[in-house]
Amino acid sequence: MSSMLAADVNVAQNVGFYIIAAIMVFGALRVVSGRNVVHTALWLVVVLGGVAAQYLLAAAEFVAISQVMVYIGAVMVLFLFGIMLTRATIGEESDLNNKNWSIGIPVSLLLAGTLVWVIVDQYRGEVLASPDEPMSTTAISDVFLREGLVPFLALSFVLLAAAIGAIVLARKD
Amino acid sequence: MMSIALEIPYWGQSLLRVLGGIGAVLLPAGTIVYLFLFKMMSFMQSRLGPMEAGPYGSMQLLAEVGKWLQKEDIIPENADAKIYKLAPVIVLVSTFLLVVVVPFGPDALFTDFSAGVFYALAIGSVSVIGILVAGWSSANKYSLLGGLRAAGQLIAYELPMVLAVVGVVIQAGSMNLQQIVVAQNSGSIFGWDGVGFPFVLTQFVGFLIFMIAVQAELTQVPFDMPIAESELVSGYMTEYSGFRFLIFFIGEFATAGVFAFIASVLFLGGWGIPFSWFGWESLDAVDGWMNIVGPVIMLTKMLVLTGIIMWVRFSYPRFREDQLQKFAWKVLIPLSLANIAVTAILKVAI
Repeated sequence: MSSMLAADVNVAQNVGFYIIAAIMVFGALRVVSGRNVVHTALWLVVVLGGVAAQYLLAAAEFVAISQVMVYIGAVMVLFLFGIMLTRATIGEESDLNNKNWSIGIPVSLLLAGTLVWVIVDQYRGEVLASPDEPMSTTAISDVFLREGLVPFLALSFVLLAAAIGAIVLARKD
Repeated sequence: MMSIALEIPYWGQSLLRVLGGIGAVLLPAGTIVYLFLFKMMSFMQSRLGPMEAGPYGSMQLLAEVGKWLQKEDIIPENADAKIYKLAPVIVLVSTFLLVVVVPFGPDALFTDFSAGVFYALAIGSVSVIGILVAGWSSANKYSLLGGLRAAGQLIAYELPMVLAVVGVVIQAGSMNLQQIVVAQNSGSIFGWDGVGFPFVLTQFVGFLIFMIAVQAELTQVPFDMPIAESELVSGYMTEYSGFRFLIFFIGEFATAGVFAFIASVLFLGGWGIPFSWFGWESLDAVDGWMNIVGPVIMLTKMLVLTGIIMWVRFSYPRFREDQLQKFAWKVLIPLSLANIAVTAILKVAI
């Protein structure tokens, strides 16, 4: 593939990407460094909302909405619900870090390195055409109900099994 | 036929959209509070309601807003001040984000999301975060209990709401709210197209489930366990005063209005009138004056639906917490799943 022409670069999109990315990195740092569980959970909401914004920027409307619905509307609400039901202290806590926290740094660096390497290796020098308009929901459903039907059903069964397993484990009677 | 051949520049459109969005949130809120909360409730209880401010008490709303704005903004000493201040804003912002997908006319819309229904349901669940942290940050046991109850209730009733809408999406063949309006107004009942084909006729079960879920999402009686004033002293709103309480208050009734807008788009034909009346073939053929008439039709339908919501609110006693959860998980969700199955089978068969 040839290199990208200057005329093809959408400046607003790039500026938006880096602004949102900066907010997300700051939020992610606050998630791991915060001293109040509820505050860190809210910073996590900011990070996940930033992911949804990046999807919107990439014209992936449906994925962005799914991100909001699943992660902000369901997962984070459940997180907050759980935190408030069990330990609802206001103010800072000092015993949030355990002694193994330093192992997290090399693990996360390794993970980030692997991801960056895989993506750079896959799309080496290749430039993806930016879509003129967002992919329609019909097109997405056509893909995963035709070519992707078997993995889709398999995933559904895995999730169903996980849900039933969770109920069985949680119910003692 | 008269048409408005008016080219509005981009900045003008944006300005109109912003003003329209503010109007579409605040106007229903004010109307609902005055018409139903002040007047209808009073008449149902054999009293007159507010009569002093303005003719027939119509300026009462301004007086109330003025009162709340003057009150001191109290933050409890042990509260988490930052989050405490942020929580009402999250609730109100989610209402403004919700109205963005609602179409009010052929061109009078804020944004043409292809997955509009999905977006509305996703954003509708964001306000739960605001309510949860409001309860937590107040540093008050009643508030925390109220917040937790609200979250449990909203999670339980979001599911039947999503599932009830799926029937409409299957029938319209689109998740775009504008396409759903077109599908209802260009349809016909056994070849007769006098009233179009509002989905409430075939999706009546879905409509009922949706309206019940809306009642619960708005924490209106009989689903007002989270703010039960006799045991929780208004739940997550206990500590709020002044303009922060006002924001919660506006948020509650504005969300009622917006959910009624969405329900009227999904089930009652939205802004449209049957296209056969004026011989419109498609969305592009619809005359420009519908951009003026459409919002009026939407407002009328919204008032009818919120009227029903308020009527139920003033008539029924409160559910117990266990009845509330059982009703969602054991009645509404199985019923809405059955509705989806039947709709899908009929859609393929016919």
